[in-house]
This record gives sequence, C-alpha cells and structure tokens, in this order.
Amino acid sequence: MMAAFILAFSVLTLLMFFVSYCRSLTASSLHTSITEDVRDVTGIQVRAVGRDYARVMQILQLCPDRPEDRSGLQIVGAYYSFLNLLDQGFARMFPAVRPWAEEERASCAHYAAVALGRRIALNREMLAQQVEL
Amino acid sequence: MSDSIGLVIWLVGMIGGVCFITSSLIRGSFLKYFFLNLYVLLSMSADLSRQYVLRTRGLQSSEYYYVYYYTDCLLTIALFVAVISLASRIFEELKLGRFVRSIAVLLLLGTAGFSYAVVAQSSERLSTTFASELSQNLYFVGLVLTYLLWGAVLKLHETRTRLVQMVLALGLYFSAYAGSYALVNVASKYEVVQYLGPILGCFLPISWAMTLLRHSEEARLTPARLVAVPR
Repeated sequence: MMAAFILAFSVLTLLMFFVSYCRSLTASSLHTSITEDVRDVTGIQVRAVGRDYARVMQILQLCPDRPEDRSGLQIVGAYYSFLNLLDQGFARMFPAVRPWAEEERASCAHYAAVALGRRIALNREMLAQQVEL
Repeated sequence: MSDSIGLVIWLVGMIGGVCFITSSLIRGSFLKYFFLNLYVLLSMSADLSRQYVLRTRGLQSSEYYYVYYYTDCLLTIALFVAVISLASRIFEELKLGRFVRSIAVLLLLGTAGFSYAVVAQSSERLSTTFASELSQNLYFVGLVLTYLLWGAVLKLHETRTRLVQMVLALGLYFSAYAGSYALVNVASKYEVVQYLGPILGCFLPISWAMTLLRHSEEARLTPARLVAVPR
C-alpha cells in the first residue's frame, strides 16, 4: 500500500520535473530567433507551430551532426512525443489541455529550428573551409 | 541482474561521470560546483570498489555487503551535501547561505540520530543496518529538500540557467529513484525493474555535464517558462 502510494506520488512529481526540465531546455532557445535560411528551407512563416517539428527534424537529419546538440534534441524529442500522447489521450477528456500542449509543441519546433540554424551555419563553415583548401 | 547488462550500465555510468568531471574542468566550473563534482567522483570510486569486490569476493560475500551499504551511505551524504550547496547558492543573494548550511547540519545530525534510534531498538544492532537506515532516511530528506529547493527557485524567480537545470535534474533523479524503489517493492518479479535504479544513476552526471557544456555561467532564462502548468 505504502509502496503504491510512493509510486503514484513519484510518477506525478517525475512528470512535473520532466515537463519543467524540458521547458527549461526549450526556454533557452526562445530568445534566439529563427534564421532566414531555416525559414526558407522549412517554410516557417512568422513563428514555428507544433506541426513544423516533424519537418524540421527531417531536415536536421540531412545536415552534419553537432554532438553538443544531440542530447538536447533527444530530450526535446521525447517531450514532443509525450505531448502528442497527451494530446491524443488526455486532451480528449480535458480539452483545456490542448492549447497548452500545442503551445509546448510549438516551442519544441522552435528549439529544433534554432538547432537547424546552427547546423546550417556549421555546414556553411565546413564548405568555406573546403573551398579555401 | 544479468552480468553483461549490468556491466554496460556500469560503463555508461562511469563514462557519464568522466564526462561531467571533464566538462566542469574544461569550463572552469570545478570549484564553483565543487560538491557536485565531489559527489560524482565519490560515486565513480564507489562504483569501482563495488565492481572490484564483486569480481574478487562475489555477490553473496559479506565484504560486498559491507562495501555496498557503506558506499551507499557515503554517497547519500555526498548527494545531501550537493543539494545543500545548490540551496546555499540560490539563497546567497538573500544572505541566507550560512543559515541554510546550519539547518542542513542539524538535519543531517537529526537524521543520523533518528536512524540510530530506530536501529538501537532492534535486537540485531548491526552497523550495516544503521548504514542502510541512514541512507534511506537521508534519501527521503534529500527528496523533500529538492522539492523545497524547486519551490524556492520558482518563488525567488531564479534565472540562472545552470542552477535551474541542475536542480531540475536532481528533482528528476530523486523522483525517478523513489519511483523505482517503490516499483521494486510492488513488482519485484519483473527483472526489468532491477535495472531502473542503475540506469537512473547514469542520468544525473550526464544531464549535469550537458548543462555545463550547453550553458555559460551568465546564461539566464525566463522564470515564468519553468512552471510545468502556467497559472
């Protein structure tokens, strides 16, 4: 009984910390605007929306990898999947969750778009170095 | 626990620890986050000594039993000190750093006294029982302190990205660890449950290393973005 209570309590707090941790990751990219290059390749107009995430991730996989972005993108990816799950299940019972989940997915897409911008810049640098050689 | 899976998890944990120590040395944060580094160093030493005793004496030996419980107790105290070091950094602007440290020492002594009192009542006054009791109780106190610390982060509108992410990683680790302990009690027949604790142990140094590598000491974030459900 006690173990079940601790389990339920820790699952709830785990979710709370997970959401806050992911929000702290996505918040760190919010003051970086999406570059013109990224807007061109992804078709993002003014600001990213939730459904942009999948497209941005597809393009991200075509660019050379930056190891420092990898773990952050994986965690944000897990958060995005969690939000999708929330939207498909929980939000049907509690529709008020839907706008919040959409806002969060948009910040995931923004995070990925900022990472894409960094990868495009790295790509350009590598190309410039090759031309110099 | 299967030998090869256990070894893989152990290796990932060691690599995570090395990553954190290396990144804090590279970023010049070793002394700034000294107690977090100390915890990771102790955790790596404990892992090495446990592995050595496991290989030489075996899982069922009394040596392994002693090494396991005493290193566990030492690690819990180190983690408790790490939580307090983060708390005193958060409260330093309110000039409450010394107060927080005094409370922490009292809490540590109180928990040790309480654990001793519990063990002293039993017929087998084993020192390992005391170590395991102290470890469990300190673990719970650490969990409560992390929640209080998170509350303070939100209340004081803490903006330092590194501090915020380190506290959040601790919160995630503590909740997941508490959950996995409970899960072991609820569903011990499933072998996968036994891997949860060691896997979660790898998460903490990796997430701290990620924070140090990704953010500078000057990085700030908006406190309103941190609340799980905005009010």
